[in-house]
Formats: sequence, structure tokens, C-alpha cells
Amino acid sequence: MLVQDFLHNSVDRSPEKVALICDGQRFSYRDIEIAANRLANAFIGGGLQRGDRVVIYLPNSAASVTAIFAALKAGGVFVVINHTTKQDKLIQILKNCRATAIVTHGRDEALIRAILSAAPSVKTVVLTKPISDQLDMRSLENDHPARILIYDEVQKTESDLRPPRVNIDLDLACLIYTSGSTGEPKGVMSDHSNVVFAASSIIEYLQNVEDDIVIDVLPLSFDYGLYQLLMVFKFGGTLVLERSFAYPAAILKRMEEERVTGFPGVPTIFAMLLNMDLSQFDLSHLRYITNTAAALPASHIQQLRQKFPWATIYSMYGLTETKRTLYLPPDQLDRRPDSVGIPIPGTEAWVVDEQGNRLPPGSVGELVVRGRHVMRGYWEDPELTAMRYRPGLIPGERLCYTGDLFRMDEEGFFYFVGRKDDIIKTRGEKVAPKEVENVLYRIPGVVEAAVVGVSDPVLGEAVKAVVVADRSQLTEAQILAFCRAHLEDFMVPQQVEIRDELPKTPSGKIDKKLLK
Amino acid sequence: MTIESQIKEYIAKNLLFSSDGFKYSDEASFLEEGIVDSQGVMELVLFVEENFNIQVNDPEIVPDNFDSVSKLAAYVRRKSGVF
Repeated sequence: MLVQDFLHNSVDRSPEKVALICDGQRFSYRDIEIAANRLANAFIGGGLQRGDRVVIYLPNSAASVTAIFAALKAGGVFVVINHTTKQDKLIQILKNCRATAIVTHGRDEALIRAILSAAPSVKTVVLTKPISDQLDMRSLENDHPARILIYDEVQKTESDLRPPRVNIDLDLACLIYTSGSTGEPKGVMSDHSNVVFAASSIIEYLQNVEDDIVIDVLPLSFDYGLYQLLMVFKFGGTLVLERSFAYPAAILKRMEEERVTGFPGVPTIFAMLLNMDLSQFDLSHLRYITNTAAALPASHIQQLRQKFPWATIYSMYGLTETKRTLYLPPDQLDRRPDSVGIPIPGTEAWVVDEQGNRLPPGSVGELVVRGRHVMRGYWEDPELTAMRYRPGLIPGERLCYTGDLFRMDEEGFFYFVGRKDDIIKTRGEKVAPKEVENVLYRIPGVVEAAVVGVSDPVLGEAVKAVVVADRSQLTEAQILAFCRAHLEDFMVPQQVEIRDELPKTPSGKIDKKLLK
Repeated sequence: MTIESQIKEYIAKNLLFSSDGFKYSDEASFLEEGIVDSQGVMELVLFVEENFNIQVNDPEIVPDNFDSVSKLAAYVRRKSGVF
């Protein structure tokens, strides 16, 4: 089975069923199938070859859903990039994966020009928005040897026939970019079989059925957000796709109107919910709530259960490198509210010491994961791949060494303890301190900068920046504003502190332990 | 200074970190254009509460009131008229 078969099977079974609700529009499985076929044919016409990377740089939208399936149907590999990613990093990723196509909006001609100049591998640009008058398409095409297509035109002119199948399930389906400890973005490679396995396993324990209506407020660039789409299309349900959780009251209203049954969130979202008066919304259709990222504080689990006594709550843990890893069976919530549970169906996990020896219950060690959801490694980074993905007992097998420290209790339930390296885990996403520090050092007046994770009941860890400034009148607000302009939302520090100097180790390095 | 210009000045300075002002139209959707992110919405709420001396209730934090300069200005006018 290939990932696009999620769509193919659902369209064969129930073509008229509403697959996607987004931006006030409803799309049937047939609508998505046809739109994706047309875009796939445009990619193929533009010369896309099997295995080529297609970057999708859009907010959550029907076009981004279409583009994901179109890339797969054309035999390509989709790469969804967070819409809040800034130009420098976008180009860095385009170059890293040598994308041949990009689907994005057309409002910023300077951005399109910058992409085409800096990333010459890009041969096809699909713009989703009616172009602003200023964007001179012909001059763009004259200046760069790329085809510029308009999404709506593609939908009018291209064939709606499904392109012939070219892949097998060992081919890559997607790259999901995450932060490595050096601060460079790393693309986690998933082949089709990895995605099919992970999606099936999660559907199994959530007991999803065709009647489920899932709301997705998480970005499709984040594996947790992406898998909501993939899973819903696999079990033939309905996805309500939202741009974000920026307007909680509007989301709750939508949940009521659409009779949403599944609500995946992260601790920050649940913290906002718990502070709101929910009595005016009828959320009685909610069947389950899932949380991943940092474990939910036990007190929040308690409050969530009081607010939604009819819904089942799933505490989970995962990392992009294996997708989902652990989940807590809901009947264990009372007994072990702090645990993130057991390995997902069809997989196993254990903890090891520094030498790789399996540790008994109660000891803290690195979590190691075995199963078909162990992804294929990092795109063109054999060194980092060899560190994270190591051989297992059976020749050719790979295990994922997560870099996360856990302990296991006598009955096999796991508890998150911390990170092995200095990567910060906030809101379920990884932040490399180096990447934030690099941005801080670009602020005029910053002499020294260090970024650390400080424990936070809701975020898991909060990003804290400590900065030494020269005599310029640099304020915390200015530092934050600069970070916002150059970093994705989740990397922007929650705390900024300006100091006269930073503590140093005897060897002269910044002593981060003293900054926490 | 009009309500619109105060909002634009605040966003340009505090959310876009832009030295050449707010370059979008008054109707541009904050979320769609990436002008304001989720955290930014909460900051906008605090800004209008303090700057225009109004009280924003949770159910009012919706795109119809907050997702563009003109929507936000209209909301502020409605609220200040009431109080």
C-alpha cells in the first residue's frame, strides 16, 4: 500500500463523502481526488521524476492537502514547510532537499525571485493565489528557467485522470524537517511503508471509524498535524482543517457545528481551553482528545476529564524520527497520570545505558524503539543518521535511539525524564539552542547569547534566551521582535533576560547549567 | 491618529519588527498573510485592551473581530461606543 492509496481507497468506497472542511468549503473525496490528479499531471508535465521533492509552503488549506496527494500521485516526495518559516530557512531547506517544485502563494514576488535565484533546482512553481498585479509572470519566467503555474488554471486545464503508479512502498513518501543539534534543519525521511504502518497503528488504538470527524488546528508541517490528515483519509472520515488555534472561540464554535468527534492538541492548547468558559459550546460529540508533546500536567488531565467527562483522553509521546512512539491506554489514566504509556501496537521500546545495555525497570536510560515506524534516516546526512538509527539484532534491521531519557516501571509503562543532548522540547517540537542563538547573534548590540530550556508545566520546556548586550539600549522587546521576524513561532523564546555577563566553565565555555 | 493607524503602527513595530511600516492593505487577513501568529493574536488582545481601554471577552476573540486592520478597528469602535 502507498500513502496515496489512503485517498484512492476512500474515493472508491465513498466518493461523495465529505473528506475535508476548510475555509468554509466542503470537499468530497472525489473533489480532492480530481484536484490532486490535475495538479499531479501538471507536476509530471513540468518534468517531475520519481523521487523528486515537492515543497509545500502554505498555511493549512485545501490546496496544501491537494498538493500533498498530488506530489505522491506524481511519484514524488512531499515536504511541507511551516508557513511561519522565514525566507532564509526556507531557501536553506529548498537547497538541502533540492526541490524541483514548490507550491506556495503568489503575493510576494520578491520571495519567488529569491527562491528561483537561490534554489535553481526548482523548475516548477505553483502559485495558489490570484497573483497580485505587480507580479510580472512573464518577466519572472524570462529571468529564470522555471515554469510558473497558477493553481486555479491547473484545475481548469489539466487532465483529471489518475497518473499511472510508479512507486513501490520502499520509496520515500515525505521529508519532515526538524531541528538537529547543530541548528541546521534535518529532513527525516519516511518511506511509504513507514507512514502506512504508523497511521494504521495509531488508528488501531484510537479505534477510529468512518464516522469520526477530526479537527486539525496543528500545522501540516508538524508530523502530529500531518498524520491527522493521513489517518482520516485512511479510515475514510472527515477532517476539519483550521489554520491554527489562534481564535479558540471560533474553533470551539466550529467543533460544535461540525459535531467533531476527535480533538488532537498540545499542552498549550489545552491550557487555553481550561481557562475558558466552555458552557456555551455543545461539545457533546467529542469522543476522544489526544495530547502529545510534553506530557500533560496531571492536574490538567484531571480538569480536562471534568470538562469532558464523556470523552476519552489519550496521553502520548513521539518524535518525528519514529512518528508516534508511546501511548497511554485511557484506562491507565487514574493509575499513572504521569506516564506516557506503552509502545504503540506492533512495536516495542526499552531503555539502555550509555553502552547500549538494556536496563531494568526503574533505571533511567535512553529510549530505544523498534518497529516499522522507525523512519529511514536523515536526508543526505549519513553521520547523523548513523547516530540516531543503529543496527538491531537481526541483520539489516534498524533501531531508533531517541536521545530522550526515560524510565520504565515494573509493568512496562514509560515515563519521560529529559533529553540527552541540549535540544529543547517545547510544545512537542524540537528547538536547537544553536539555531536560536544564531539569530540572537545577528541582532546589532548582542555580544553574547545563550539559549536554554527551562522546565514549564505546560510547554514541557520553555525557551529562555540570556543575552549580553553592549552599551546600545537593547530592550527585551526588541530582542523578541527580532526573533519573531527570523524564527518560526515555536522557536521564539518565551523568556529573555539581559545580563552583564554569562557564567563560564573553566575552559571558557558558557556554562548553561547555571542559566536554567 | 486614527484607530487604524494605531493598530498598524503597533503591528509593524511589535509583531513585524518592520522599520518601514505596515505594508499590507487594511483588509489583509492577519493569519493568511502570516502577519500575526497565534501568539501575536493574544498580544493584539492585550494591546487593544490597554490602548483603547476596552475589555475583550473570550468569545469575541474571533477572526471576524481580529483578523484584519479594518475588522479590528471596527470592533474597537463598537466596543468603545458601548462603554
